[in-house]
Amino acid sequence: MEQVAQAFVTILIGVGGCALWYWASNTVLDTVYPARGPNAGPNISKANLIRPWLFVGPAVVILGAYLVYPVFNTLMRAFMDKTSTSFVGFSNFSWLLSDGKFHESMLNQLIWLLVVPALATFFGLLAAQLTDRIRWGNFGKSLIFMPMAISFVGAGVIWKFVYANSDGNQIGLLNAIVQALGGEPQHWLQLPFWNNIFLMVVLVWIQAGFAMVILSAALRGIPEDTIEAAIIDGANPFQIFFKIKVPQIAGTIGVVWTTITITVLKVFDIVYVMTNGEWGTQVLANMMYDLLFDQSDYGRGSAVAIVIMILVLPIMWWNVRNARKELR
Amino acid sequence: MESMAGKRPALSWAVNLSAAALVLLWLIPTLGLLVTSFRDKDQILASGWWEAFFSSEQTERFRTDPGAQAQVGAEWVIEGVVLPKGADSVAAWGLKATEPGALAPGETVDLGDGASLTVNEDGSYRLVSQTEVEDDRRIFVQSEVPPSFTLDGYRRVLTGEGIDKAFFNTATVAIPATIIPILMAAFAAYALAWMEFSARGVLIAIIVGLLVVPLQLALIPMKILHSNLGISGYLGVWLAHSGFGLPLAIYLLRNYMAGLPRDIIENARVDGATEFQIFFKIILPLSFPALASFSIFQFLWTWNDLLVAKVFLPSKEQEVLTVGIAKMMGSKGGEWDLLAVAGFVSIVVPLIVFFSLQRFLVRGLLAGSVK
Repeated sequence: MEQVAQAFVTILIGVGGCALWYWASNTVLDTVYPARGPNAGPNISKANLIRPWLFVGPAVVILGAYLVYPVFNTLMRAFMDKTSTSFVGFSNFSWLLSDGKFHESMLNQLIWLLVVPALATFFGLLAAQLTDRIRWGNFGKSLIFMPMAISFVGAGVIWKFVYANSDGNQIGLLNAIVQALGGEPQHWLQLPFWNNIFLMVVLVWIQAGFAMVILSAALRGIPEDTIEAAIIDGANPFQIFFKIKVPQIAGTIGVVWTTITITVLKVFDIVYVMTNGEWGTQVLANMMYDLLFDQSDYGRGSAVAIVIMILVLPIMWWNVRNARKELR
Repeated sequence: MESMAGKRPALSWAVNLSAAALVLLWLIPTLGLLVTSFRDKDQILASGWWEAFFSSEQTERFRTDPGAQAQVGAEWVIEGVVLPKGADSVAAWGLKATEPGALAPGETVDLGDGASLTVNEDGSYRLVSQTEVEDDRRIFVQSEVPPSFTLDGYRRVLTGEGIDKAFFNTATVAIPATIIPILMAAFAAYALAWMEFSARGVLIAIIVGLLVVPLQLALIPMKILHSNLGISGYLGVWLAHSGFGLPLAIYLLRNYMAGLPRDIIENARVDGATEFQIFFKIILPLSFPALASFSIFQFLWTWNDLLVAKVFLPSKEQEVLTVGIAKMMGSKGGEWDLLAVAGFVSIVVPLIVFFSLQRFLVRGLLAGSVK
């Protein structure tokens, strides 16, 4: 109970402090430049110059401190030594290029980038297409969408039970199925190469619902007459799906694909809790965590972070370009 | 579209069946955790969770206890009970590991040297010997154990393992880390949508760019900055979560607010309402759907986060659920029962939020990605 009260008070202070700023700063501005009296006109225009910054101010400060500054700071640290005391040129990066674990991470990351967005989009599209046509579709949709709400750690626990390998009676679902089919039970998470795929399955399981929700909305947005025309021309359901529907939602598929790609680049929790990068499952984000916090090597850790950033850049550039186009 | 499936019953069946298969495939892993969390510690290790609904045949090994023997007349007698855990009767028993069910309950077997052993259906056994018994004997007992579920795991986890504390810590992190960025983002989004100022276009472009910056980059610089500024504990996590959530919040809210009808805002301005009044009395209430969407995202994200909490809340006192569970998974001990319960406790709040507010979540997703 004490804990609850404490949490409640901290919550009040945090939120109240934030609200206070907006109220107080606006009140001060209105007192200094009142919109009434002899100077109302100039006062209003002066206040209008300042007020936007009162509104965006806290957000800009926080964004600057938590996202913009760290990017440059990390860039700097990537060229410095372990403790960020002196510059070492490109030696962190050349170490990365020669490091076996980094090669493994890059290779795995590449497979993640190919497999996860592809499978999640595929299953999302399949689920959208199937559930849109049945009466209990919305119910089915929310069950497929549900893993979205589950943490990567929670998903790790859930799938650890699926992949479990025990002596005697199998308690892991996968091994029980394999055994029932006459196969040999395996330590799935220690199986070279395939363990990567088993980790990817977890993320696909989480992300497919996201893909489904977006693609289902896009599918519904397809003009009916294009489909009717295809039916009249005698197209079968598969042709309608692949030749009429998919091309019309290609743009949305692209959005889903890139969004999942970003998630994949940052994937850390799943690998961290299930294998911690052992047995050949290392990925960039986990390698970075390991370097930064377990080995306290800020130089090399930052270098890995910069590699992740470089991989994200094309998508960032593309997004900004589209946003600017829209604003015009 | 519906008409297509409707016209051909066979196709309609195929669609229904494949949809059901897909939904089941997606549901089963979570179901497994839920069922496991209600099972007995020993059962979890003895059989798969899908067997929990059926009564199972269990074999357990017992030893007779020579210390409990009593002399009755000329004979030495040992009496006791051999019943597998959770069972109330014996289905069969035996003396060898290779034939654990060779004998029927009530049957008496000759052990040699004038000794005999009987195991009854109720699990009581009686060993009778002509001489004093020196060694213990193994008895294998088979029983049908009916399905049973228990709240023991929950009781243990919620009272003794620090998970209850972690639960409140998680809430302490997640709630302000949801409300603070919404407040900031709403003000900023209003300015970016409806106030004229020179830096507007650039700011919007920067925010779109920041949407995809991996938060991993921020960890070390922020940790060092925090310790230089003396920021620690919850305040640090709130600020960090606010920073990482802001780009999406501003982006979603600005898009939504920019779509509100211009007349309302301009009429209010003409009527002499201050920007502050317009914001609170008109914009905020109208933006409710977008605010709800984002708060669900941010709440799920902060509740479920592992990385930020790990880095910014190092103290054991303030450990959140995800960190605690990650530790349990890391320590190799086979505490499957605790893990299952803790895992389920950690996902239950997000699931409630998800199922009750799903339509806002969907709306937010669509606003965030479909153009």
